[in-house]
Amino acid sequence: MSADLTLILPEIVLAVFAMLGLLGAVYTGKDALAPALVWATSALLVLVALWVGLAAPETHTGFGGMFIDDGFSRFAKVTLLLSAAAVLAMSEGYMSARGLLRFEYPILITLAVVGMMVMVSAGDLMSLYMGLELQSLALYVVASLRRDSIKSTEAGLKYFVLGALSSGLLLYGASLIYGYAGTTLFSGIIQTAQTGDVSLGMLFGLIFVISGLAFKVSAVPFHMWTPDVYEGAPTPITAFFATAPKVAAMGLFARVMHDAFGNAVGDWQQVVALISLLSMFLGAIAAIGQTNIKRLMAYSSIAHMGYALMGLASGTVFGVQAMLVYLAIYVTMNVGTFAFILMMERDGQPVVDVASLNMYSKREPGKALAMLVLLFSLAGVPPMLGFFGKLYVLRAAYEGGLAWLAIAGVVASVIGAFYYLRIVFYMYFGDENAEGLDGGKSPVLWGFLMASAVVMVLGIINMFGVEGAAAAAAASLVN
Amino acid sequence: MDNLLSFTTFIPAVAALILAVFLRGSDAASQRNAKWVAMFATTATFLVSLFILFEFDPSNTGFQFVEQGEWLLGLQYKMGVDGISVLFVMLTTFMMPLVIAASWNVETRVKEYMIAFLLLETLMLGVFMALDLVLFYLFFEAGLIPMFLIIGIWGGANRIYASFKFFLYTFLGSVLMLVAMVAMFSDAGTTDIVQLLSHEFESDTFSILGIQIVGGMQTMMFLAFFASFAVKMPMWPVHTWLPDAHVQAPTAGSVVLAAILLKMGGYGFLRFSLPMFPVGAEVLTPLVLWMSAIAIVYTSLVALVQEDMKKLIAYSSVAHMGFVTMGIFAANQQGVDGAIFQMISHGFISGALFLCVGVIYDRMHTREIDAYGGLVNRMPAYAMIFMFFTMANVGLPGTSGFVGEFLTLIGTFQVNTWVAAVATTGVIFSAAYALWLYRRVVMGDLIKESLKSITDMTRREKLIFAPLVAMTLLLGIYPALVLDIIGPSVTALVNNYDTATAAAAAATPMVGN
Repeated sequence: MSADLTLILPEIVLAVFAMLGLLGAVYTGKDALAPALVWATSALLVLVALWVGLAAPETHTGFGGMFIDDGFSRFAKVTLLLSAAAVLAMSEGYMSARGLLRFEYPILITLAVVGMMVMVSAGDLMSLYMGLELQSLALYVVASLRRDSIKSTEAGLKYFVLGALSSGLLLYGASLIYGYAGTTLFSGIIQTAQTGDVSLGMLFGLIFVISGLAFKVSAVPFHMWTPDVYEGAPTPITAFFATAPKVAAMGLFARVMHDAFGNAVGDWQQVVALISLLSMFLGAIAAIGQTNIKRLMAYSSIAHMGYALMGLASGTVFGVQAMLVYLAIYVTMNVGTFAFILMMERDGQPVVDVASLNMYSKREPGKALAMLVLLFSLAGVPPMLGFFGKLYVLRAAYEGGLAWLAIAGVVASVIGAFYYLRIVFYMYFGDENAEGLDGGKSPVLWGFLMASAVVMVLGIINMFGVEGAAAAAAASLVN
Repeated sequence: MDNLLSFTTFIPAVAALILAVFLRGSDAASQRNAKWVAMFATTATFLVSLFILFEFDPSNTGFQFVEQGEWLLGLQYKMGVDGISVLFVMLTTFMMPLVIAASWNVETRVKEYMIAFLLLETLMLGVFMALDLVLFYLFFEAGLIPMFLIIGIWGGANRIYASFKFFLYTFLGSVLMLVAMVAMFSDAGTTDIVQLLSHEFESDTFSILGIQIVGGMQTMMFLAFFASFAVKMPMWPVHTWLPDAHVQAPTAGSVVLAAILLKMGGYGFLRFSLPMFPVGAEVLTPLVLWMSAIAIVYTSLVALVQEDMKKLIAYSSVAHMGFVTMGIFAANQQGVDGAIFQMISHGFISGALFLCVGVIYDRMHTREIDAYGGLVNRMPAYAMIFMFFTMANVGLPGTSGFVGEFLTLIGTFQVNTWVAAVATTGVIFSAAYALWLYRRVVMGDLIKESLKSITDMTRREKLIFAPLVAMTLLLGIYPALVLDIIGPSVTALVNNYDTATAAAAAATPMVGN
């Protein structure tokens, strides 16, 4: 038992920290504690990321196989911890300036992170659901953090109703799988689910589970909540939605597909490939008409999840590696992009209209250049790192026998390039006389934006070792 | 020096970085500094590249000055030049100082302008030197970004449309090539171009959705690469982005586009399409030859009716590139020799023609042919130079334009007489539009009021043209300068191609339907 507890020590530390933070804030009863708490949480998340990341490269299971601590989970945990820490650090200035910063915010984020860590380590349908719900409940509240804003509460409510529906689907699927496999353990299910020999009930369960997971990664056709929630939630929270939960949900997706249904690749490959295809195209096409940059990023993230799913759909070790690399790159790009969006303001008010970026390059050449790099990286144009992410998943798809998906993916990326170019167009070729942005001077955000852009350029040299780590992680998942 | 190629390639990029980091302010002094830094960097690049040319051994048909290093995803950082690519490297380094000199009058956002051109030079050099598929793709595609910005920021009135069209058109062509590259990577297990050149890709006929694909994988891959290079070239009917891009781009942008960027397509055909997919290439050769012939005749006719000088020259470029594709796919010594020669020569001539337009555009701010007439009265030196390059464009013997056209026609004649016959009429059309343009712009009486005070070329402008005139004449009179360097490599290329296609023909017995 104590060995089991050692295994989840990082999660326990974070949970205890959240409780203590809650107690402290309730007793003092002041939101004045919030900024300090945000920074402390951010620092703690980085420390935990280091702790998890530097652990010995071994695989341990605990709680009778319900909790798996392997290279895959550690890779996903480090990615999501670091991105959560980055988003917290970015949000403090913005939220304080607008009176949004309540002490619940860092605590809820910490709890969501604990949920995500359980998700990527889940070895059982029950622990999967526990992690998923812990994460989701925290996120529902965070989405409507701005209680006096109709849009924010609408976003929270929408997210809650649809999220509950998807949880229901997932739970129903899980019950079917349990019914036909006789166990909720992934290691047990994989014995029953063999390609060509999956019972109809099990297949139904699988499809329901995929639907629930697709909702969490906001893949088409379960994406409808994404643009509204992205638009309605305060921008730092949008940034959070776009990063850590995506990593966790994709990690969970890969975990279920490979650990529980790894012997039945043929049964889920086509479904995942189709979801990937639809996501890429819908994300690319629907974003064209958007004028709100947060909605635009919502569609962008849908498209990016499509590409990440392309790696998963290949059903190979290399596919998982490609997916992990893609996610790490995606998260880095999004942190930088949202740092930029957080800096978009006029007379102290946040602005989300793309057209307000008119001739931004004249006023802020440095920031505009960094954003240019990020946009081309998002579009997957070489030599930025975003291109290598695409190259990985394309290769995975081709080697997985999905050449048609690879071709469709590159065509979608050309369509998608258009809306990224449109932002470049406003920043560089726009109308000089239009009313532009002012202010937005935050050294923290500036730092994140620049760091992200620099990583996109210098990362092409050796990817800072992420490639090797992802390969090891993928190998530990698929065996 | 072990890494001469990398050194050459990255001088401009380093200069661009220095400009970006250290140059502050936008007053006249810092603008001048930006121009001089760019000038210095491009000239230095040219001088260093001379070492490549002088130490290059034409008799060696393999790759020379090879550098190799590990990279991520099992890719390699590998650079090298052979007889086919070395002259494109030289063309690039030769043109860039002239391009910077031609941009001396730019006043808006000079620093960014110079950075864009310097980065573009690095990327263009990288394309011609890369010996790894993905490294090639990286340089090939990345060049779109600075060019997109050059057209979009410093371009003409309709620049937004032109820049988006340019980017999306070429991007769509290239991504299909990317998929083919991924397929090649998976099949051959390497992205090393040297190894891929000796790798034999599947050429067994198979069918997709009931359609028989003769030449199998090779044909599919050939088509994917073709989509990219044909757009880049550009070949009829996917050439429509070029006139728009040319018209809207600033003068220096047009020069780079015509002189160097278009050559990437032809280089790609020679580096990838012919040697790596010989069977696929052979299957589609008639199609490509006829597309080239149509391009030559059709775009020459279109050029005849243009009102805008730059558009006219742009269409003339498409026609001349038609000779190039025709020569390449004739796949014999004369044809390929002629194609490479034509590309080099077209680099000088079309670059010079766009500079000629730039000279009068700087003075009158219009490119309408109707706005001019009788320039010879006030601009005798300009009339001389324009005359010279008009003749070179027509392909007058004694200029480099003649050699390339003649060789490609000889090469094609041996393969497909009809295509050669049709293409030859293009020579006549090109004389028609070029001379008529000259007649309308330069000859006649100076009757337009606005032109009465136009001044002749400055010393700076004359200096820019001097090296171009010299090269055009030199190559026209003594073409062996080029042919001796490319000859052995071309021979090897053609021999390999013949062997591969003959082997494939022997391996597949003729099957009736």
